[in-house]
Amino acid sequence: MSSALKVELGRRYRFSASHRLHTAHLSKEENNRVFGKCSNPYGHGHNYVLEVSLSGDVDPATGMIANLADLDAFVTDHVLEDFDHKSLNEDIPAFRDCVPTTENVCIEIFRRLKSFPKARLERIRVAETGKNSFEYAGDNPEGNRP
Amino acid sequence: MVLITRKIEFSASHLYHNPNFSAEENRRVFGKCNNPHGHGHNYTLEVTVAGEPDPVTGMVLDLKELKEILEREVMQRMDHRHLNYEVPELAGQIPTCENIAQVLWRLLDPKITRGRLHHVRLYESPDLFADCYRNGAAAAGKL
Repeated sequence: MSSALKVELGRRYRFSASHRLHTAHLSKEENNRVFGKCSNPYGHGHNYVLEVSLSGDVDPATGMIANLADLDAFVTDHVLEDFDHKSLNEDIPAFRDCVPTTENVCIEIFRRLKSFPKARLERIRVAETGKNSFEYAGDNPEGNRP
Repeated sequence: MVLITRKIEFSASHLYHNPNFSAEENRRVFGKCNNPHGHGHNYTLEVTVAGEPDPVTGMVLDLKELKEILEREVMQRMDHRHLNYEVPELAGQIPTCENIAQVLWRLLDPKITRGRLHHVRLYESPDLFADCYRNGAAAAGKL
């Protein structure tokens, strides 16, 4: 790979989950004011799209930064198995005391994927709906798209 | 600095096979992409050029000019072609998204003389793509 170019591999995954935006640190009125209908006590759901971007050397023998089979298996084991068709508030320990906004979902998913052994995790993007998406690159200063 | 992006689509066939691997190794590493008769995709290419708008025309570059460059360099070379056999720039390489994106960058970069090539994204499918940036672009902030 020429050092003049930075190449990244991007892969999208989908999961569907429910959540409720509500915090015990605020009163009922404050929760309603801050979170609006997202604070409905029974929760609601989204079809999330997760976009994972990896960088690394392109292996001349395979033409790949990472084998998709390895990446798919890792994302399935570390994220999709736990998140798909689940309640983020009830089923994911990280959200017991942390509001499962998509900002926080990004941070939690990045934490889970950071240890992917075959390439460097540059950033993730999570789209909550077709209209809202969030990106997180950890503390990697180069991870945000130039 | 303004970024301007043009999107094109082309359809091509390919297969993944490394002649230095055994048949079993090829199947293990490349899975069904190793089918000897090949398979195909509708590729989508997004090309982003960075520059200052010309004070007279208001344009970073004339989109018609970019369209012609993409037609000549990409469509004529790759559309309805077999990437393994018909694209000399990919000879000896596995035609993955990562490798095709780099070839496209190297073809387009010298041809874009108004503005500067900033980003190439090649989708092999809606769920799989490769990005190319000039190395150091990220470190330089927003350019």
